[in-house]
Amino acid sequence: MHEDHSTPMAVVNVMYDVGSRDEDPNRTGFAHLFEHLMFGGSVNIPEYDSPLQLAGGENNAYTSSDVTNYYIQLPAENLETAFWLESDRMLSLAFRKKSLEVQKKVVCEEFKEHYLNKPYGDVWFKIREMAYEKHPYRWLTIGKELSHIELAELEDVKEFFFRFYRPINAVLVVAGHVNTANVLELSEKWFGDIPSGEKNYRDIPAEPGQLAPKRKAVDAKVPLDAFYKNWHIYSRLDSRYYAADLITEVLGGGGSSRLYQSLVKEKKLFSNIECYHFGTVDPGLLTVEGKLIKGVKMEEAEAAVEEELMKLKESGIEDKELVKVKNRTEAVISFEDMSLMNRAGSLAFYEILGDASLMNSELQRYQEVTAENILEESRIIFDEKNSSTLHYYAKN
Amino acid sequence: MTKRIQALCITMPKIKEKGIDRKIAPAIVDAARLHIELPKYEMHVLSNGVELYLFNMGTQETMMVNWILDAGNWYEQSNLVAATTNHLLKNGTASKNAFAVNQHFEFYGSYLNRNCYNETAEVSLHCLSKHVRELLPVVAEIMNESVFPEEELDIYKKNMHQRLKVNLQKNEFVATRMIEAYLFGEQHPYGRFSREEDYISLQQVQLKDFFQRYYQNGKAVIFVAGVLPKDIVQQLEASFGKLNWGKHSLPVNDHTLHPSGEKKYRLQNSIDGVQGSIRLAKLFPNRKHPDFPKMQVLNNVLGGFFGSRLMNNIREDKGYTYGIHSYLMNHIQTSALLISTEAGKDVCEPALVEVYKEVERLRKEPISDEELLLTRNYLIGSILSELDGPFQVASRWKNYILNGLNEEYFYNSIRTIREVSPRELQEIAEKYLTMEDFYELIVV
Repeated sequence: MHEDHSTPMAVVNVMYDVGSRDEDPNRTGFAHLFEHLMFGGSVNIPEYDSPLQLAGGENNAYTSSDVTNYYIQLPAENLETAFWLESDRMLSLAFRKKSLEVQKKVVCEEFKEHYLNKPYGDVWFKIREMAYEKHPYRWLTIGKELSHIELAELEDVKEFFFRFYRPINAVLVVAGHVNTANVLELSEKWFGDIPSGEKNYRDIPAEPGQLAPKRKAVDAKVPLDAFYKNWHIYSRLDSRYYAADLITEVLGGGGSSRLYQSLVKEKKLFSNIECYHFGTVDPGLLTVEGKLIKGVKMEEAEAAVEEELMKLKESGIEDKELVKVKNRTEAVISFEDMSLMNRAGSLAFYEILGDASLMNSELQRYQEVTAENILEESRIIFDEKNSSTLHYYAKN
Repeated sequence: MTKRIQALCITMPKIKEKGIDRKIAPAIVDAARLHIELPKYEMHVLSNGVELYLFNMGTQETMMVNWILDAGNWYEQSNLVAATTNHLLKNGTASKNAFAVNQHFEFYGSYLNRNCYNETAEVSLHCLSKHVRELLPVVAEIMNESVFPEEELDIYKKNMHQRLKVNLQKNEFVATRMIEAYLFGEQHPYGRFSREEDYISLQQVQLKDFFQRYYQNGKAVIFVAGVLPKDIVQQLEASFGKLNWGKHSLPVNDHTLHPSGEKKYRLQNSIDGVQGSIRLAKLFPNRKHPDFPKMQVLNNVLGGFFGSRLMNNIREDKGYTYGIHSYLMNHIQTSALLISTEAGKDVCEPALVEVYKEVERLRKEPISDEELLLTRNYLIGSILSELDGPFQVASRWKNYILNGLNEEYFYNSIRTIREVSPRELQEIAEKYLTMEDFYELIVV
């Protein structure tokens, strides 16, 4: 519950503790396909979208490797419509054959639009498969291949629903121009009688520590050579996560970041370069990605990236640079929190991580990172043995 | 430390079963009865005559300052000059190189963005309110003392040229620029697009001339939104009140439309692609035309939201695409209705047939009361949610002010959404959705 009376709107956010990491390796892409099916009507309500639109509401959903999130924003006067719709699809879906057949096609088009029909679209399939050997982050949320999606049957859909989409695996957040007593009453009225189900305990294989560097080179029909190097980092709940996050800012955060200034502006080896990570719940990857200037050799480009990493590992960062990346983080959090929908989504995510109140201590965790932490973590992370490198060559 | 958020966490108690009828929808308050109000701004005029619009509201200690200049590609003599001048404002002044400029803004966690449009070019600053004092003087510096170093221009030309090569491999990129070229003509600012040779021929002197005329001696308005410091007007006066803005009249460039004679196109862009990009477009008058608000409602029924006819038919019924949308372009002089989707390569032609069927249906049959009520309520709800937050309110007002409109336009649009009849919408469809006037393009 998060009251904010500066807005006329209400947000109802339901997050389920299930993502593509919970999938069978032979049936990947299922969590995301399932998300589409959640809009195909529920046991008592033939159509999900129209009644919501009639109440002036909008909704959407996303699936990640870790969670699946559904959110509604609507005029606060019509809050109960959101409870009615969300609770009925938690109670049970309609499980219609037509919906499954159509959504399989829609998801295949989504797969094509984002991963097949674009230059460099297949890069992340290759990186994930190279970097992970055991952990299900080995495949992307969209799925390993189109055929896995095409295989889905109605029985699989039912089984998935009753295993993961139970109240005990869900977090409900209501935010905006609402009052607590009323929300409690509505929650009991609409969600109270849904059987809570059994907690899904995960048995996901941990990724063993990487012992030797991995490298791969591919040719593709793209106009420019591209360079991708990845290192394993920490889980979202690890105290060292915050230092790793700030390292990506030092290297790749904006026009004054180290990689951009040195490799795009001074040495002119890359036309663009980025450093980022995905903030996954289980240990994720930190990535440096760049497109090479035509004529620059891949080896030369990689050596220049390594040289910047070496500087960081040897000399660490200055106080002013540390203040900069912390200021940037504070600003990012503040801008994110301007939106009621983001605040509701964050509360749900932190609750899934273990405690919604983590949201309030997050900035403090960043403030506590020292220059020594950055130095120490950069030495651990940027170890060649911990890396997976992809050289993506333009083939004419 | 202050709390980021006030929230309450409750685990639901076990409760007894009770009978509710889940088949019955809860009562709703519909669009006609929802209260909707456009928040007002406070206006000031700086001593050089520059208009300043303030939107002091919000819940977070954040703010935005937006400088809008008459410096869009409408005013350039050769292609890309306006966009490149705008982009390279940040790349060096008389006393700071590009790195120092970036370093300054990024140290305070702020974002300084530039955007070039057809009529206007913008600089926008997003920052924590407590830092704005350190940032405004440097924004004034880049808008008055930028030097456009030769080396920075070279890097930019090379990198943009490389980026263009990647984009040209994307069917959707090619489709979007070609449909605009057919619609408005390649020589018109709305239809012009970047080519390799345009990047190669860009010269420093062109940027300096453009900067001198449209930035140093240009015409600007300023929008400020968020939780604002008490002395924000004085701060802006100190940095921007003395600039030589609004003193010289700008040329009136009359660009005439040159729509292509041919209407139907099929382009081959990528041999082994798996999807095609479909675009349909037709010219439509600008916002000042009395039919514009009605057309906005009609557009929503057709393809303006997830519950639209195009989405229901082509995605939800046929599964040809991940998404299909229609919208009215936001140009000041002339708008256009655009329909856009990416569909499986082998279903592009059937998808197109379905689009035409849906357009034809709007002309032939009145929209049912039920569907129209849903559209009205959805639209009012989405305007309410779009007005949530200082940046969104400022952005809506900016749109009105730049188009020479006022709040009467807003309330008139609301009235149209609430009251427009099925018959009136059918008349709009008959008048404007004439299929023979649509440009049609599939890029595979």
